[in-house]
Amino acid sequence: MVFALLGSIESGLIFAFMALGVYLTFRILDFPDLTVDGSFTAGGAAAATLLAAGYHPLLSTVVAVAVGILAGSVTGLLHTKGKINPLLAGILTMIALYSVNLRIMGRANVPLLNEETLVTKVNATLVNVLGDLSLAAVMVVAVVVVKLGVDWFLRTEKGLMLRATGDNERMIRSFGANTDGAKVLGLALSNGLVALAGALMAQYQGFADVSMGIGMIVIGLASVIIGEAIFGRSSIARATAAVIGGAILYRLIVAFALQAGVNPSDLKLITALIVIFALISPKTLQTWKAKSGKKRRHSSGGESHVEA
Amino acid sequence: MLTACGPMEGAVKIGITQLVEHPSLDESREGFVAALKDAGYEKGVNLELDIQNAQGDLSTNAMIAQKFAAEGKDLVFAISTPSAQAAATAIKDKPILFTAVTDPVGAKLVKSLEEPNKNVTGTSDTHPQAAQKMVESLKQFFPQARNVGIIYNSGEQNAVVSVEATKGELERAGLHAVLVTVSNSSEVKQAADSLVGRSDVLYVPKDNTVVSAIEAVVKVANENHLPLFVSESDSLKRGGFAGFMMDYYQLGYQTGEMAVEILKNGKRPNQLPVGLPQELTLGINEKAAKAQGIEITDVMRKNSKLLPNSQ
Repeated sequence: MVFALLGSIESGLIFAFMALGVYLTFRILDFPDLTVDGSFTAGGAAAATLLAAGYHPLLSTVVAVAVGILAGSVTGLLHTKGKINPLLAGILTMIALYSVNLRIMGRANVPLLNEETLVTKVNATLVNVLGDLSLAAVMVVAVVVVKLGVDWFLRTEKGLMLRATGDNERMIRSFGANTDGAKVLGLALSNGLVALAGALMAQYQGFADVSMGIGMIVIGLASVIIGEAIFGRSSIARATAAVIGGAILYRLIVAFALQAGVNPSDLKLITALIVIFALISPKTLQTWKAKSGKKRRHSSGGESHVEA
Repeated sequence: MLTACGPMEGAVKIGITQLVEHPSLDESREGFVAALKDAGYEKGVNLELDIQNAQGDLSTNAMIAQKFAAEGKDLVFAISTPSAQAAATAIKDKPILFTAVTDPVGAKLVKSLEEPNKNVTGTSDTHPQAAQKMVESLKQFFPQARNVGIIYNSGEQNAVVSVEATKGELERAGLHAVLVTVSNSSEVKQAADSLVGRSDVLYVPKDNTVVSAIEAVVKVANENHLPLFVSESDSLKRGGFAGFMMDYYQLGYQTGEMAVEILKNGKRPNQLPVGLPQELTLGINEKAAKAQGIEITDVMRKNSKLLPNSQ
């Protein structure tokens, strides 16, 4: 069976940036951020528009990240200053971004087929050294650098504040810390990473399209959750590595499903089931363990309380 | 379902990548496969067909292109603009044929319609004169009409391109275009309602979003006696008053013939100009005309083909 292994790994590495971003909000801040579907497209839209206008790929990508940071900040401010519920704040920014993205591009689809992009540059530079593996190799290095950056950031004072805010906001507030600032910062960084993934995706697939972000939050969550379930989450460094592994694994699962003739319209359901399974299983196991432990302690067998 | 497992020695390997499931796009795929069959390429005998549908998901769309590149398909048939763009990015050394692309030059798939410059060519679903002819007929049929209400999804590049062309033609003809945009099919009814009182005629371009909810527009057109112009056969059958009979099966068949040129006769894609719809006949749905309060005049009879028993 022929298997598009390399392509899955390449796109998995692109989605790894997004998964790291989703990890920051979903796990560290405990903030279910739905801005992702919009900020992914925003990154692709900004990068493609600049590339088509002839700007340097690196500059285009950096600007795309800045646009994502801005989008995340908007969600953060809506939530902290506007006192809007986290889910709703993300949804509002996402909806607004649809129009903004169309404005950025000035059209629904910006082709990059004849443009110099990071992908074409990498391939042109390294093709004689690494051949087909050029892109994947450079991506691995980039993902590892960003991962180490995230690990380092979460050990700084600001990063610790972010983690504490996610763990127990009320307690941190009572110490007089500015949890609002931590949330805005976390959302900004997260969506910066998501936009980076969008910018790379546009360059990888050869176009940006206003619908390219649909369903991204699910892919991000699936990557985080599958990664953690398989590779563990005992420390920050381990969890970020796990998330990257999860992103690549997810693409491999999708490729395998397509290869096996699974109807792509069922992929979303399969993804949802995988995530549900990964979210439930450790907890169910704990409950089951707790129950059996209790049974051993009190032969009467009391009600076990499940922590949500 | 068995996909490429390579049991057939010497069989031609063709990958088909389609963006969404949609009657028109499905028809073009059937037409393509039929043309191959008529030229002696039989699925399971000397043809390995790998059909993949991204179901509207662009990351799946990119993965399908990568998969075809990795498997070294002899030829790739891409149905829709994003499918063709992803294929053209991933595959540089094998022929790619596209269809259902409204603006191949704007999508950077070819340098010009006459001279594709790379490994990519195919068929466009829009005749360069379609907008002009549509506006001409509109003026002939309804000389009193001034405002033309157009519903489209600004998130679909194909629709944007054809709306811009139509708007230009309308202005040249001294008419006014009233534009409303939707972003998904659930907004179509409201968009159509918003045009009542502001337009004398309605027009729906080749827009997947609006076409999938064309019944909502038909309802508004019938209730308010507004003539509804459409842009392909399917919408005409489903209750549009008039439209050019763009047949996607035929277009797919035409693309399949180009594939045969490449596979059998050793032509290169850059030697094959982009094909255009051959059908530029205006069809009129008589039932819809009645429902929209339109009397079929001699001018209409002379310049179109009447379809008596459509929906």
